[in-house]
Amino acid sequence: MAIVGRALLILVLVVAAYGICASIYGARRAKPEFVVSGRRSVYAIAALCSGAFFILELAFLRSDFSFATVASHSSTTTPTFYRAAAAWSSQEGSLLLWVWLLSLWSSLVLFLTRKQLRRVAPYATAILLGFAAFFASLLVFSVTPFGVLASVPPEGNGLNPLLRHPSMMIHPPMLYSGYTLFAIPFAFAIGALITRQVDAADWIRATRRFALAAWFFLGIGILLGARWSYTELGWGGYWAWDPVENASLLPWLTGTAFLHSIMIQEKRGMLKIWNISLVLTTGILSILGTFLVRSGILDSIHAFGASTLGVPFVALISAMIIASIGLVVWRRQALRSDNRLDSMLSREAIFLANNLVLVAMAFVVFWGTFWPLIAEALTGNRRALGPPWFDKYTVPLALVLVLLSGIGPVIAWRKATASNARRNFLVPAGLAIGLGVVLAVLGVGSRPLAFAMFVVGAFVVASVGQEFWRGVGVRRRMSGEAPLAALLSLVGRNRRRYGGYIVHVGMAALFIGVAASTAFNDARDVVMKPGQTAKVGNTVFTYVRPTSRISTTSDGRLEKISFGSVVAVRRDGKLVTTLHPERSYFPSRDLSLGPISRFLGGEATSEVGLRAGLRGDIWAAMTPDKAALQPEIDQGDKVFAAAQGKIPAKVEAQLLGQALRGLANRYVTNPPPATFRLITSPLVTWIWLGAIIVFLGGLIAIWPGERDPLRRRAQAKYAARLAKELGRAAGHSTGAPATDAP
Amino acid sequence: MDVVALLVIVAIIAAVAAIVSAPLRKRAIDTRDDRGDRLEELEARKQAKYREIRDAEMDFETGKLSERDHRLLDRQLRAEAMDVLRAIDEEG
Repeated sequence: MAIVGRALLILVLVVAAYGICASIYGARRAKPEFVVSGRRSVYAIAALCSGAFFILELAFLRSDFSFATVASHSSTTTPTFYRAAAAWSSQEGSLLLWVWLLSLWSSLVLFLTRKQLRRVAPYATAILLGFAAFFASLLVFSVTPFGVLASVPPEGNGLNPLLRHPSMMIHPPMLYSGYTLFAIPFAFAIGALITRQVDAADWIRATRRFALAAWFFLGIGILLGARWSYTELGWGGYWAWDPVENASLLPWLTGTAFLHSIMIQEKRGMLKIWNISLVLTTGILSILGTFLVRSGILDSIHAFGASTLGVPFVALISAMIIASIGLVVWRRQALRSDNRLDSMLSREAIFLANNLVLVAMAFVVFWGTFWPLIAEALTGNRRALGPPWFDKYTVPLALVLVLLSGIGPVIAWRKATASNARRNFLVPAGLAIGLGVVLAVLGVGSRPLAFAMFVVGAFVVASVGQEFWRGVGVRRRMSGEAPLAALLSLVGRNRRRYGGYIVHVGMAALFIGVAASTAFNDARDVVMKPGQTAKVGNTVFTYVRPTSRISTTSDGRLEKISFGSVVAVRRDGKLVTTLHPERSYFPSRDLSLGPISRFLGGEATSEVGLRAGLRGDIWAAMTPDKAALQPEIDQGDKVFAAAQGKIPAKVEAQLLGQALRGLANRYVTNPPPATFRLITSPLVTWIWLGAIIVFLGGLIAIWPGERDPLRRRAQAKYAARLAKELGRAAGHSTGAPATDAP
Repeated sequence: MDVVALLVIVAIIAAVAAIVSAPLRKRAIDTRDDRGDRLEELEARKQAKYREIRDAEMDFETGKLSERDHRLLDRQLRAEAMDVLRAIDEEG
């Protein structure tokens, strides 16, 4: 099967090269048959990549260790659930996932636009095929997923235990979906620049939903990564400003800016240079994100992604930057705005401010992420910037961003008057100030930045709530619907607008969670023996007793040894919860270690003890003092080394099992001290709930238009009325287009 | 090489070649021209303008625009929409 997989990838490369030539030739020589052939190349590549990915997945699921990548990233002891995900834990598998997802999205957008964008689409096709060719060439010439081993090992290395987490099943495909979907507006923007169709509304309309989907998937990927960090890495945080985290945040920030500012271009024909620059930057940052996770040029917790793919990626990114700048400069005349900003008191002005803040945040994150490389180039020393540096700049910017997300919904397009603005801001501002007073009385003002975030967050919720309230009122007046029906039809008929408002509420909740959990958390690292207690804030943690367990696979082989603890948590003397943090050790394949040492010498993971609630989380992680067990481990190693070859293998395995069980029992009966990280943190759950609200809003905004015939009839009726009025005024007649009814 | 694998690869190559080259063999004719593109673009502009009129109505109904401001804005938007409709008529 490996040979078929390899052939499929070579074919992808050949078809991509052909498709690029056919698309460009067809566009330049006005030969539509070549353009269609180029488009079909994309469909063919999607089918070929699907076949290649299927072969790789099959090899992982069947534990076919003749595939080098399966042998190095999976094992028979890896649970089936994770074997499926192990495919993209490898360099080559993740690159195949990238090109496969790209080919699927590319096929979808080209199929949907097959009867539109006659001039732009062929160049966009060529760009998308260019990306496919790039990744296919990496898979053919540098890191093939279909490399085979001369001698097939009986067992594989297994999946990195850190990746054995449900989030990790979904996190990479979500991130890569985001990255690859952002390639689509990038490709169409390049096509629009080449063909001088930059002021055309149709390419924006055709690709906007893909940009929104990219934002949606990338956001989910980022949040899943944060959740994984919080529950799996054992340090108690959800965001560490790690380079790979930052790499995914960069295109998300610029993509968010684009999704707002593109509305101004659609409505007013303004900000064309800005918008096209944003979409090109987002596309470039998506490739940069893939590069950072796959190159290992910056120190990251994602060390499993390290490789030597730097040069081709740098070449691709350089080509994208040069081409983007060159095309924007070349088409600068065509990119002039049709209109000017009517007033600084308008939604356009708020969107512009929101864009500036988002781009400033992206710049801060970019600078901080690449500072180690910049510092090394300037001084010869590689120095990383830590979270305090990032927080110093991003926290004030986030405050302004959240505030703007509350102002935008209650301000009119084009021009709002001061009296209307006063009327619209009165209730939200009053509620926010009222909350501020209450919080100040409660002493929250001691942390001014967090206090400010709570106030502006409340303002956002109130302003969006007011928008829904008034919108439902309008619907009820017009249609006489019941409140719930009016709400549903209001949202259903204005998905983009109200989906966006829901996103704003989710972001406010998320930032409130971040502010509270950062400013008011209590954390302590403490070494405890059973029976001892530690106080963290007003919470008392008691190390009640140690635990240990040996986990085996379904065929009886050892999977991991876990040393844990039972921790009782009390407040005001009352038991609040009992936590069970533990540290698990996976076997090493390093044969230089002794037989017992080997079982404790591999990767280690933390299972945190967590009690999550709306008001706050109680979190505990522990690391046992493994060194205290070392004398027994050394003794066991000596005994088994001496007995090696003198007793049958089966007996040796049984004895080894007994020895390990003895070691686990020894940990419980004579426990060494353990190091605990104990945290009480308010409102962390708001982050995850806020994220769910954000994605719910995003889903509403992305969802395709209603196909209900009644609604279509209503839309057509509204459009007909508008067209009739306009036609009467202009002395012309025109057809009735479908548009949303109010 | 495994004969079955070889046959599979040959079959895949043949299928891909057939799919990709079909338009060249059929000599597909694209009926769209520059006028069609222009109409497509104008149609998109018309939809955007209609949406803007609708949004202004919504802004008025929800109290973000005064009656006077809405009247002025609506008149301006309708004038812009008429320009688009005229352009469509000219193209048509």
